[in-house]
Amino acid sequence: MQKQGRFGVHGGQYVPETLMNALHELEDAYERYRNDEAFVKELETLFTDYANRPSRLYYAEKMTKDLGGAKIYLKREDLNHTGSHKINNVLGQTLLAKRMGKTRLIAETGAGQHGVATATAAALFGMECVVFMGKEDTERQALNVYRMKLLGAEVKTVLSGTMTLKDAVNETLREWATRMHDTHYVLGSAVGPHPFPTIVRDFQSVIGRETRLQVAQAENGRLPDAVIACVGGGSNSIGIFSEFIPDASVRLIGCEAAGHGVDTDKHAATLTTGTKGIFHGMKSYFCQDKYGQIAPVYSISAGLDYPGVGPQHSYLFDSGRAEYVPVTDDQAVKAFGYLSRTEGIIPAIESSHAVAHAMEIAPGMPKDSVVVICLSGRGDKDVAAIARYMGEDLYE
Amino acid sequence: MNRIARAFEGKKAFIPFITAGDPSPEITEKLIYALEKAGADLIEIGVPFSDPVAEGPVIEAANARALSAGFTTDTLFELMLRIRKNTQIPIVFLTYLNPVFTYGAESFMRQTAECGVDALIVPDMPPEENDELAPLCAKYGVITIPLVAPTSGKRIKSIAAGAQGFVYCVSSMGVTGMREKLTADIRETVSAVKSVKEIPCAVGFGITTPEQAREMAAVADGVIVGSAIVNIIAQHGENCVKPVAEYAEAMKRAING
Repeated sequence: MQKQGRFGVHGGQYVPETLMNALHELEDAYERYRNDEAFVKELETLFTDYANRPSRLYYAEKMTKDLGGAKIYLKREDLNHTGSHKINNVLGQTLLAKRMGKTRLIAETGAGQHGVATATAAALFGMECVVFMGKEDTERQALNVYRMKLLGAEVKTVLSGTMTLKDAVNETLREWATRMHDTHYVLGSAVGPHPFPTIVRDFQSVIGRETRLQVAQAENGRLPDAVIACVGGGSNSIGIFSEFIPDASVRLIGCEAAGHGVDTDKHAATLTTGTKGIFHGMKSYFCQDKYGQIAPVYSISAGLDYPGVGPQHSYLFDSGRAEYVPVTDDQAVKAFGYLSRTEGIIPAIESSHAVAHAMEIAPGMPKDSVVVICLSGRGDKDVAAIARYMGEDLYE
Repeated sequence: MNRIARAFEGKKAFIPFITAGDPSPEITEKLIYALEKAGADLIEIGVPFSDPVAEGPVIEAANARALSAGFTTDTLFELMLRIRKNTQIPIVFLTYLNPVFTYGAESFMRQTAECGVDALIVPDMPPEENDELAPLCAKYGVITIPLVAPTSGKRIKSIAAGAQGFVYCVSSMGVTGMREKLTADIRETVSAVKSVKEIPCAVGFGITTPEQAREMAAVADGVIVGSAIVNIIAQHGENCVKPVAEYAEAMKRAING
C-alpha cells in the first residue's frame, strides 16, 4: 500500500500552508462521497444524460486497412458534450464542490477545453466561474475564450512567465489561496498536490472502464494489445490507462509533445527529457534546468504545452509499466490531416499526437492485434491554427 | 545564543526581505549592508525561482529580473560567502523546494551552512512534507522556519510545537504583496502559537506603511517587510540603495518607536 497521495516517490502535497486546510477539506469530502450511493448515481446520470456517455468505441476500418497492421479502435471522447474528455472530471469535481457548499469555481486552462467544460458545469449548476488562461493560449485558442464567455464565465488572461498553461496553474493556485471559503479549484489535469491527481484519475477512469467492456464486446472478450493516449499533464491518458494497469499484456503508451524535436529547446516532452523535481504541489518529472528553474516549454498543442506530468505517470514511467514516446508538431499535424481525410473525424491537435504514434506502430503489428487510441477531443478548435501552421492566413 | 535568537533579543525585530540578484549581485550586497545599518535585525533573502507561486506580482517580477540577469544558485553562494565576511547579521533564505531539490539538497544545504545562512523558509513545504529536508537540516545545522496562515486553525498547535528559530505568521490570505488592510487576527494567531511554545512570532505579507508596521509590532515580536522594499528596488534599479535605506530607517523607527 502506497502512502496516501504517493505514487512511488512521486506525488505529495507541496503547497503553501495557506492551502493545506483546503486540501484536507477536499480530501475528506472526496473520501466521504466517492462511494456515496446518491453521489455516484447523480454523477452517472450526468454522464449519461448530459455528457452523452458512454462514449463510442469506433472501429476505424479504413485507417486499419490503409495502415495494414493492427486493428485500430478510436475511443470517441471527442463526442462528449463540450468536445473532449475534460467534462468527465469537471462534472465529478463540480458535484463534489456543490456537496462541499462551494458556490464558485476557478480553473486553469491551456487549450481551453477544460475551461469550457468548467464554464459549462458552472452554468449547469448555477455557480460563478473564473477561468485563468495564458495570453499566448487566449490568442491561439480564441474561439474557446469566446465559448467560455458565452457560458457566463469570466476569463482572466495570465501575463506572467511564459503566458501558457503552467502560468495559468500558478495564477489559479494564487487565486485559490486568496479565496477558498466559497471557491473550489477545479484542477483539470492529473497533476498538482494530493488529492487532485487521484480525484482526476478516478473521474477520468470511466474512459478505461468503458473501453475494456467495449473492446471485449467487439473482439470476443479479449483485451486490447495497446492503448495509446496523449500526455500533457496526463488526464485522458491516466483515465484510460488506469483500468489496464493490472493487465500486463496491455501496452500502455503515452505520447508527449516533442514540438520541434526533443533535440531542440522547443518541446514539452517531460518524461523523455525531464528530471525529477518538486513543483505545482507534487514531486514528479519536470522540464527544468540544473538549478531547478522550470523550462519555458513549447508545443503546437496548447493542451500539451506543460513542463510537468502527473505523478502517477512518473511512477508508471519509473516502474516501466507504461512507455512514453515523443511526437513532434509535424507528426501530429500530419496525423490531424490523415484522420480527417481517412475517417472523416477531425481530432484535437492534442489527440493527434496519439494518432500519429498509432500510425507509426500499427503497420508493424499483427493483423489480429488490437490498438485503442484515446481520441480525447475534437479538432474544431484547432482548424485555424493548423491552417496557419500550413501557411494559410486564416483567423477565426 | 544563536544569531536568530539575537535578532529578537530585547526588541521587536525588523526583518526586511530582498530577492538575491535583483537587480544585480553587487546591489544585493550593498543593500544588505545598508539594511543592517538602517536597523534591520534579520535579513530575509529570496532565492530566485522561475515560478514563485506564493508571491504576488512585485516579488514575482523581482525573481524574473534576477534570473534574466543570469543570477544562479552558484552565484548566490559566492555572494553570501563574501557577505558573511563583512557582517554577522542573521540571514535566512526564502526558497521554494525545487531550487533546493534539483540543485541537490545535500549540496544546497552544505553550502547554505558554509556561507553562514542561519535558516530556510520554504513556502511550498508544509509540515507534512518536512521530511524532504529535515535530515539534511539536522546534519548541517540549518533550521527551517515554519509558516502559520490565517487558515491554519487547529494546525497551529503541531506547527508551533515543532518550530525552531521563529514562527512566520502570515498576515493575510493569498500571496505576498502590499496591502491597504491586513485581514488576519494576528493577536490571536500569536497567542495560539505562544500557548504551545515560547518562540518569537514575526508577521509578514502585505506590510507596507510605518503605521501598519507599528500596529503589527504591538502584537508580534517581529515585522517582515518584502514587497514594499522590492517595489522601491524595481523603481530605482541600480540607484535603489539610498531610497531603500531611508524607507528601512522609517520602518525601523515605527517598529521600535
